[in-house]
Amino acid sequence: MSSLIQNIRSRFGNEVLGLLFILILVVLIFSSTNSQFLTLANFNSMSFQLPVLGLLTLAMLAPLLSAGLNLAIIYQANLCGLTLAWVLNMDGGIDASITTFLIGVAASIVVGALTGLVMGVVISYVGAHPILVSLAMMIFLRGLGVFLTSGGDISGFPEYMEPIGHGFLMGIPIPLIIFLLVAYIWNIVLNSTRHGFSIYMLGSNIEATDFAGVHTKRTLTLIYVFSGVICAIAGILMLTRFNSVRVGHGEALLLVTVLACFLGGVDPFGGFGRVVPVVISLIILQMIASGLNLFGASQHLSTAVWGLSLILVMMVRFIIIKYKFFSSDKGG
Amino acid sequence: MDRFIKNYQTEFRLIVVLTFICIFLTSFTDTFFTLNNFTNLLNNNAVNLIWAFGLLVVLIAGGIDISFAVAASVVQYIAFYVFDFFGGGNWAIGFIVTFSLGTLLGFINAYLIHYFSIISIVVTISTFNIFFGLLMFFTSGRYLYNLPDWWVDRIIIVEREMANGSWAELTFPVLVMFVVMFATYILINKTSTGRQLYAFGDNPEGARRSGINIALMQFIAFGWMGAMAGIAGLMQVNIVKEVVPMALYGRELEVLAAVVLGGARLGGGRGSVLGCFLGVFIVAITQNGLNLMGVTPYAFKMVIGFIILIAISTSNINLNLKGFLFSKNQDI
Repeated sequence: MSSLIQNIRSRFGNEVLGLLFILILVVLIFSSTNSQFLTLANFNSMSFQLPVLGLLTLAMLAPLLSAGLNLAIIYQANLCGLTLAWVLNMDGGIDASITTFLIGVAASIVVGALTGLVMGVVISYVGAHPILVSLAMMIFLRGLGVFLTSGGDISGFPEYMEPIGHGFLMGIPIPLIIFLLVAYIWNIVLNSTRHGFSIYMLGSNIEATDFAGVHTKRTLTLIYVFSGVICAIAGILMLTRFNSVRVGHGEALLLVTVLACFLGGVDPFGGFGRVVPVVISLIILQMIASGLNLFGASQHLSTAVWGLSLILVMMVRFIIIKYKFFSSDKGG
Repeated sequence: MDRFIKNYQTEFRLIVVLTFICIFLTSFTDTFFTLNNFTNLLNNNAVNLIWAFGLLVVLIAGGIDISFAVAASVVQYIAFYVFDFFGGGNWAIGFIVTFSLGTLLGFINAYLIHYFSIISIVVTISTFNIFFGLLMFFTSGRYLYNLPDWWVDRIIIVEREMANGSWAELTFPVLVMFVVMFATYILINKTSTGRQLYAFGDNPEGARRSGINIALMQFIAFGWMGAMAGIAGLMQVNIVKEVVPMALYGRELEVLAAVVLGGARLGGGRGSVLGCFLGVFIVAITQNGLNLMGVTPYAFKMVIGFIILIAISTSNINLNLKGFLFSKNQDI
């Protein structure tokens, strides 16, 4: 048993067990108080809602690991969605061909990567603070989006795109599949590649990493490029989910993504944090929201509960570390 | 003058940039350089400036606060019912109530940050969600219109009739803003507590070892921020004459960008009241200038974001250039 625990800890990170415990607790509380909670319908609705927030959170994860922050993710995603919408509209909107769709997807990924590249270059080569750079980028992208759309929304997309946002594949919602796929790839990139290792090193101690021969500036730039690419995927998914694009869609999710990362055990000072705990913390947040929703409580109450749970988790973590309840060395 | 340039590089640069913007706008529009426009600028930015001075103290002490704008909304709602309880209230009660409520909300942040050693961005993102979620939950997004007369009456401090018959006037919030500015200046520059705040922000561990009460520092910084948030909330109602829960949501990041533009460093230990004022004003004057030049409002934010991005990206280059230009002033 203890070797199993050790194994899980070393493979997925220290936080996983505590988070699984919270997850079980949340499921128990809601399923015992509401009979609708453990139904397929509820799980389906949850798994359609989770992926957008999930992808945005993954986009926030890498900058956080490098002790930075990317506050522009929402508007990057919006702008990428807009790019796809424009490409589709140039080819007749509803009648656009599959080729146009693929070109649009490629274009929006390029836009995501480019916006990320600009931030990455300014952060790594100028040495400006990531919060400030991404904040300026956020204000700029929001302005750009509002300027180009005059604050309106764009809708009218080909029918074959509908399954991406609303369809099932072998009984599993397609958005969930996209999210899990991205999370899986992201997990491999962070845990098993040189680049991923450099990210963790850089987050722990950027100078030591630089002296160790890692091209820190390039790594730091790439972090924001990847973040932008994931934003593009999130933006495309948002487009198919809402069947329209508007600058400001998902605005409220910005700080929730940071919250989900911290709940998933990401160290605010950088260097520590894994994909799996973050995904579990996302599921917890989604369950809290859906569970409260079943009680007829508004989305705003779940926002408050999300904030409270983060504070509680941080308090508990502090108490555990201070009084050494479970002694175990901190793994990366 | 030499000493000023040497000690206040950021402020000096901001003054130069601001002068250029003003000369440019004065020569290209005939409405910019009028008393009317100037008083309007002050009237419209009083609330942002009050927040900015609060945020400045937090940034100097090495923290960051995301929750203040939402905290201001919370204070507005609670204050409304407190005034009701006092049978209407007056300005004295108004200031005491909003000041103490705001300080209390700031103390919540400080308490969590200090006693559970949670980093300030995590705490304030949580409290941001908690404040906003609970506010929306309890008020159901309801607007308040039937406010006490004293609260919404427009008080004019200085007024002068212009040649074209219009009145240039400074309203009460501007006076409050200047009082707050002066108080903040005294706090951070003329008291030993203020110097301790700088020391604590620059090097918390060093400050602790030299005998500074770091708990007190956190409570003073976040308490001040909270008090400013409360007073800004009071003033904002005086300007817009209604209480709307969503009104202030999302303004925190723009204020943060302006304050950091004004030379306060994320990470602590640097920043001045003058720089803070200039930072907010550069953003405000740019927006005002775009407006007067007939640029579409949709483009405002884009240009502002772009300018901040350029300002950050060139800040290091500028410094080097100045080192070159004023090399005789620098003891390299």
